Amino acid sequence: MARRTHVTTSINGLPTEFLCEPRQSVLEVLRDELGLTGAKEGCNNGNCGACAVILNGRVVNSCCVLGVELEGAELTTIEGIADGEKLHPLQQAFLEEAALQCGICTPGFIVSAKALLDSDPHPDEHKVRFWLAGNLCRCTGYDKIVRAVLKAADAAETPVP
Amino acid sequence: MEAFEYLAPSSLAEAFTALGNGKRSMMLAGGTDVIVQLRENRRHCDQLIDLKHIPELMSVDIRSDGGLDIGAAVPLADLYNNREIARRWPGLVDSASIIGGTAIQSRASFGGNLCNASPAADSSPSLMVHDARLVVASASGTREVPVEAFFAGPGRSVLQPGEILLRISIPPQPARSAVFYHRFIPRNEMDIAVASAGVRLALDESGERIASARVALGAVGPTPMMVAAAAEAVTGQAPTSETFAKAGEAAAAAAQPITDMRGSMAQRKHLASVLTVRAFERALQRIREAR
Ligand SMILES: Cc1cc2nc3c(=O)[nH]c(=O)nc-3n(C[C@@H](O)[C@@H](O)[C@H](O)COP(=O)(O)OP(=O)(O)OC[C@H]3O[C@@H](n4cnc5c(N)ncnc54)[C@H](O)[C@@H]3O)c2cc1C
Ligand code: FES
Ligand code: FES
Repeated sequence: MARRTHVTTSINGLPTEFLCEPRQSVLEVLRDELGLTGAKEGCNNGNCGACAVILNGRVVNSCCVLGVELEGAELTTIEGIADGEKLHPLQQAFLEEAALQCGICTPGFIVSAKALLDSDPHPDEHKVRFWLAGNLCRCTGYDKIVRAVLKAADAAETPVP
Repeated sequence: MEAFEYLAPSSLAEAFTALGNGKRSMMLAGGTDVIVQLRENRRHCDQLIDLKHIPELMSVDIRSDGGLDIGAAVPLADLYNNREIARRWPGLVDSASIIGGTAIQSRASFGGNLCNASPAADSSPSLMVHDARLVVASASGTREVPVEAFFAGPGRSVLQPGEILLRISIPPQPARSAVFYHRFIPRNEMDIAVASAGVRLALDESGERIASARVALGAVGPTPMMVAAAAEAVTGQAPTSETFAKAGEAAAAAAQPITDMRGSMAQRKHLASVLTVRAFERALQRIREAR
């Protein structure tokens, strides 16, 4: 077996260390080494967004990042979105708007939408649709997802200008 | 995926030392091509050299002479999120903002897009019409390659083993000029170009004649191509739809497309013309709006 590398990083605010092979993706490290199975594998080639995570403040597809690249980085996964037992407004809105069916795409949509609301708390529908273009859903037809994101955006406090 | 070693040099000197150690190397910028290609065993390497810790490759410099230097590994999102770049080089944003979706643009770079050398890559025609120069470095020094001379065939560039693309250097653009780049895809976003066209249009002082033009096409040949005949057809003419139509005809004549799953030869020739004409119209609009 190839040599494993020691990586020190921060995942969902917790200092984390792990060993991985250079060829393992962040998605594989999360799921196979760290037991964080919230990020899903849809395509494993960057097209579907089911594996989305927030790396140093930006949404990325974890299947297209190597675990070794996490050295010194800050990672947020779907497991780190809720505040303890309290759901994130996006999670709440997805439930209320029934924005999921099978649910495979949902972690990716919520993580990606969180990155959007972090950068622009009140996006319009057009912006939401373009931002989420890299997240594929086979079940819902997208409308309910877009509605949920817009609802969560409305619920967010308007920043004082 | 076969096993490989991962190196993250923090300087160019360190990178060149690694490149000289006799192992098969590949570079890692945003990884949106290379990680997928290694996983699918389409490419092989003994060591993957991460370029993102080398400061020169991650910096953007808006030069005092009016030009722009873009480190080869700078993520696309850093370009279009930079207000000054977005304002002054909208023709770069045209391509940076349509390569993949948000999550791809957080990582993917112009340098990786160029080095991957896909005939359909969106950065190429837009950089070509900007007259961009590629600064290539090796252990023995640097050389400059005009971007239109960078491609050797599908998936192949003129980079030699041991060379790294350092930066993309955009010279100051002509007065009263604008660039527009776009592509045809059957979806609204997240797709690879069936055909694409970039145009740079410059008007003379009167604003009534075309002083110069550059036209580049993507996905209609083994490499992205400049179409000198389309530029010649419009130079000295009035910027009218009749003039632009001539450039469109020249673009269609120059295109050498193949038929594949994305589109047929005939459709691509037609697209080369339509996309060129519309790119001229939109570039003209940009010049007028800037006044
Ligand atoms: C879902 C998806 C959608 C996409 N959509 C589009 C699209 O619409 N349009 C489009 O044009 N492309 C598209 N792409 C491809 C695009 O993301 C890549 O071409 C990207 O721009 C490559 O940049 P990177 O930084 O990720 O390069 P990497 O993947 O890191 O590297 C690409 C190649 O270039 C080499 N390399 C990288 N940097 C250097 C350097 N500085 N010097 C020497 N060699 C180097 C690497 O060894 C590798 O061979 C898509 C990809 C995915 C996964
Ligand atoms: S699994 Fe990563 S984008 Fe589909
Ligand atoms: S809910 Fe099934 S893929 Fe989106």
